[in-house]
Amino acid sequence: MDSRARVVLDEADIGRAIRRIAHEIVEKARGSDDLILLGIPTRGVALANRIASAIGEIEGTQVPVGSLDITLYRDDLRLRPARALEITSIPAGGIDAKVVVLVDDVLFSGRTVRAALDALNDIGRPAAVRLAVLVDRGHRELPIRPDYVGKNLPTSHSEQVRVELDEVDGTDRVAILGEVEDGAAG
Amino acid sequence: MKHLLSTADLSREEAVLILDTAAELAAVTDRSVKKLPTLRGRTVVNLFFEDSTRTRISFELAAKRLSADVINFAAKGSSVSKGESLKDTALTLEAMGADAVVIRHGSSGAPHRLANSDWIQGSVINAGDGTHEHPTQALLDAFTLRRHLRSGAGDLSGIRVAIVGDILHSRVARSNVLLLKTLGAEVTVVAPPTLMPYGVESWPCHTSYSIDDVLPDVDAIMMLRVQAERMQAAYFPSSLEYSRMFGLDSARVARLPEHAIVMHPGPMNRGMEISADVADSPRSVMVEQVTNGVSVRMAVMYLLLGGMQEEI
Repeated sequence: MDSRARVVLDEADIGRAIRRIAHEIVEKARGSDDLILLGIPTRGVALANRIASAIGEIEGTQVPVGSLDITLYRDDLRLRPARALEITSIPAGGIDAKVVVLVDDVLFSGRTVRAALDALNDIGRPAAVRLAVLVDRGHRELPIRPDYVGKNLPTSHSEQVRVELDEVDGTDRVAILGEVEDGAAG
Repeated sequence: MKHLLSTADLSREEAVLILDTAAELAAVTDRSVKKLPTLRGRTVVNLFFEDSTRTRISFELAAKRLSADVINFAAKGSSVSKGESLKDTALTLEAMGADAVVIRHGSSGAPHRLANSDWIQGSVINAGDGTHEHPTQALLDAFTLRRHLRSGAGDLSGIRVAIVGDILHSRVARSNVLLLKTLGAEVTVVAPPTLMPYGVESWPCHTSYSIDDVLPDVDAIMMLRVQAERMQAAYFPSSLEYSRMFGLDSARVARLPEHAIVMHPGPMNRGMEISADVADSPRSVMVEQVTNGVSVRMAVMYLLLGGMQEEI
């Protein structure tokens, strides 16, 4: 990792945040019936799987986990070359009348979540949609608010938040990278 | 990638990307809302100078599933029948703001001409030009092969495919030979000597004059339609003889390996290159090829039009 990176969450912190989010989800849903976790690729899917197994430890139930690629619903498609698609897999039985918890690693502008809500709209009609994120770094550009947050992380707009998860990156860590543009030490 | 004119232009990575994208887009067909907003506000023109059923409908459906506006232009009943040139037709479409032109033309090279002229700025997708190429057909064939023989992932390395029939007039065969080779498959083209193209020995494939020789050693056999409309000379003595020598009947299917699939790009002449019982048998994947065609064309349109238009 970059020497200018400042680690804000380590492996134990991430584990605690996920367990707390799992408790909050179950508490708010009064159990785990009708729950579906949908991760936004790639790290959101890894987080969704971890939250599901934490819920399993609390409730002794198996919450369905899926993956929701939002690429085709992005509002910035025309600003970059066409991107490869990620996997979308909706658990059997669909999302109709279920409580869908969207899971992503970082909440920033809110545009990804907006795209995810549009995608959900085309797939079915959930009873409710909630949002769980590991890190909320602020700077929202849309009226979107998370229901479950691992850590609120005040950042400046020029900083970068990097989430690394064992399933994807081989390590568990959340770090803030300093002002990359001018190369200032973090 | 701005245009799709020939499968020769595709690298292995690009071809696999198209197939992977198509695999994800195929799931849209199973949803309650079979539509994606990705190409909202884009205009796709289907410019068909030759008759077509499945290709035109397939492109139209693919564009509509991605929310593009589609204009269908058939040469019959248009100003082309009054003698308008390809250039003037293209300039008209450009003036109307077409973002992509899907062209089928009887002359080989017409899409290339369109893409490399300054007549239009948008993307050009070749939907079959003369006896040259039909790239989206080859892509959907590769997609179908991958689904059945490679569990839907990666390339086609090691797969053996025979393409049988009117190779001389077949744009499907040309596109397939090039694409399947790029994806690592081993292709044998089979035809009577009169229907083997000049210079076929320079193609990246094997050749054979006997369907019976290749049957036991293939994972897939692709039967081509005998294109009577392109045949100005007698290429074989009678259709009965052709059917006996090169047609796929149930006796020949029995000599295929058990896992091998039977493909046909359509439209087929039942009883000519393929017998009706084979066409309707579970070994035949023709209906699935049509379904896969929509996904593959969605993938091509998304990759060509979905992102930022490259500056040229």
